[in-house]
Amino acid sequence: MNTMAHTLARPAADRRISPLSSKVRRLVSLLLVHSVLVAGAIFILMPFVWMLVTSIKPPSEVFDAGMRLWPQQFYGGENYGYALSKAPLLRFMLNGVIVCGGILIVQLLVAVPCAYALAKLRFPGRSVLLALVLLGLCIPTQVPALPLYIALAKLGLLNTYFSMMVPFFLSVFAIFLFRQFFKSYPEEIIQAARLDGVSEFEIVWRIVAPSAWPAIAAFSVFSIVAHWNDLYWPLIVISETRLAPPPLGMMYFADAETGSNYGALTAGAAIITAPLVVAFLVARRRFIEGITMTGIK
Amino acid sequence: MEAANASPEPVTRRRAHRQRLIEALAGAGFAMPALVLLLLTILAPLAVLAWLSFTSYELGAIDIEYLGLKNFRRALADPVLRRSLVNTLLYVAIVLPGAVILALVVAILIHRRKRTRSIYEVIYFLPVTSTLIAMATVWQFLLHPRLGPVNGILHALGFDEVPFLSEPELVIPTLAAIGIWQLIGFNMVLFLAGLSTIPRDLYEAAEVDGCVHPIDRFVRITWPLLGPTTMFVIVTTSITAFKVFDTVAVMTRGGPMGSSEVLLYVTYLEGFQYFHMGYAAALTLIFLAFILVFSIAQTVVLDRRVHY
Repeated sequence: MNTMAHTLARPAADRRISPLSSKVRRLVSLLLVHSVLVAGAIFILMPFVWMLVTSIKPPSEVFDAGMRLWPQQFYGGENYGYALSKAPLLRFMLNGVIVCGGILIVQLLVAVPCAYALAKLRFPGRSVLLALVLLGLCIPTQVPALPLYIALAKLGLLNTYFSMMVPFFLSVFAIFLFRQFFKSYPEEIIQAARLDGVSEFEIVWRIVAPSAWPAIAAFSVFSIVAHWNDLYWPLIVISETRLAPPPLGMMYFADAETGSNYGALTAGAAIITAPLVVAFLVARRRFIEGITMTGIK
Repeated sequence: MEAANASPEPVTRRRAHRQRLIEALAGAGFAMPALVLLLLTILAPLAVLAWLSFTSYELGAIDIEYLGLKNFRRALADPVLRRSLVNTLLYVAIVLPGAVILALVVAILIHRRKRTRSIYEVIYFLPVTSTLIAMATVWQFLLHPRLGPVNGILHALGFDEVPFLSEPELVIPTLAAIGIWQLIGFNMVLFLAGLSTIPRDLYEAAEVDGCVHPIDRFVRITWPLLGPTTMFVIVTTSITAFKVFDTVAVMTRGGPMGSSEVLLYVTYLEGFQYFHMGYAAALTLIFLAFILVFSIAQTVVLDRRVHY
């Protein structure tokens, strides 16, 4: 109450001293804040803007090196047409969807029951498993890459969708995140369900997992963004163009164009970047919540 | 009374016993797929990696020689590795303060905005969701000495053209700037989440105590209360920066003259281009040793942070 009286009194006191100077000061600080933010925003947006305008410029204007933003001659149809005909960009994206979808489905199927077991069930070896999960959190995916590559090569599985997905089937991070969520799920509801004869399997998938929907959505966003954009592992196990996910496909495309046809290259980059950016613009809250909750890359 | 009490007891005990058995079986069953995958995709590869690092194994070779610590001794004397380590640390040293401080500034400035907050949020977050490989191609064009607009602007302002990607001294700072560009939005979101947990009346109370100046408020309230978030952001940024690979692989391929070779890229070349598996395994373990410091810290912080 006391604080409120103070805060209510303060602006009035200010106004009595000098109404104009405080207003000017506020305006100046506002101007300062926005100029800093806009300067940063220009730095952030520059590649996106330049990508889009270059993708609709004819080669002559690109090589002209003029600073003109908007093209004199609209050449977007040619550039995008060329990019789509020269590289199977849509195929790359289909590959991306297959790989990301496959990884996410298996990750959830494996992690949800395991996280429930770690959070709510007493079984032999539980603490050992939990320790191994925490250990797994400390190992970046690039570390087991070499032995996994050798194993896949020996099994003749290189250049398959399976080889692109298998190292990520287990997400120790998903187990960790879901376990935190499940731990706070009320024990009484689980006990009541058990007394009603509901099996443990149904308890996991029908009762507990739906309650952790925010965590599952957050993890899904995190997983899709990470694997859609991953280059390192596909670069290792894939050498056939038709199997390439978007980043690898983009790399092939850039190599084939030897970096000269910038109109088509930026058109390709725009096509490859579009799906996730559009998804982000549509589901902005989900994305930001997802990153806040997972907070890990 | 006593008889009524005595008779259900064995039943409940039997039921409890049955329940414990079901729990043990279900728990083990639920954990089994994860455990099998953990063994196959993390633990066994780690063991194989350790073993490989003591050998001369090359993919396709028939006889494998045991080398002891020779691979590690070779790595310590290898000028390529030493250079890549220096480059990686330099990259981290630029990206870490850049991406953390700028993100903190942006988050603090955005936090109090009401109408414009979401616009800025979307803009700054855009690089996080965009495919870095595609954007790296665009950056390459942006920084082109002759055709790129960055040099165009510098030229218009009367400066000489700057060969951002072909000058050995400039290439790591340039890649680091792109790294910062990609990370600001990510860190900003984490800082915004941290800022939103600071109760408003703390600032009001401080104002009553005469803490009015924005810098005062930052030093006395925001910064201390943001401590755990900052710690977390520093650790994740270090890990991400230490794993720099994509921009190097697309934009410079370690060049010019090895001036942008980084640890992960060198390891990739040794293992998957030259197929020196034994040596690459040793390099991977060196990479792991460096990153383990950060990732253990991250796991500890994560374990404390995620409370619902």
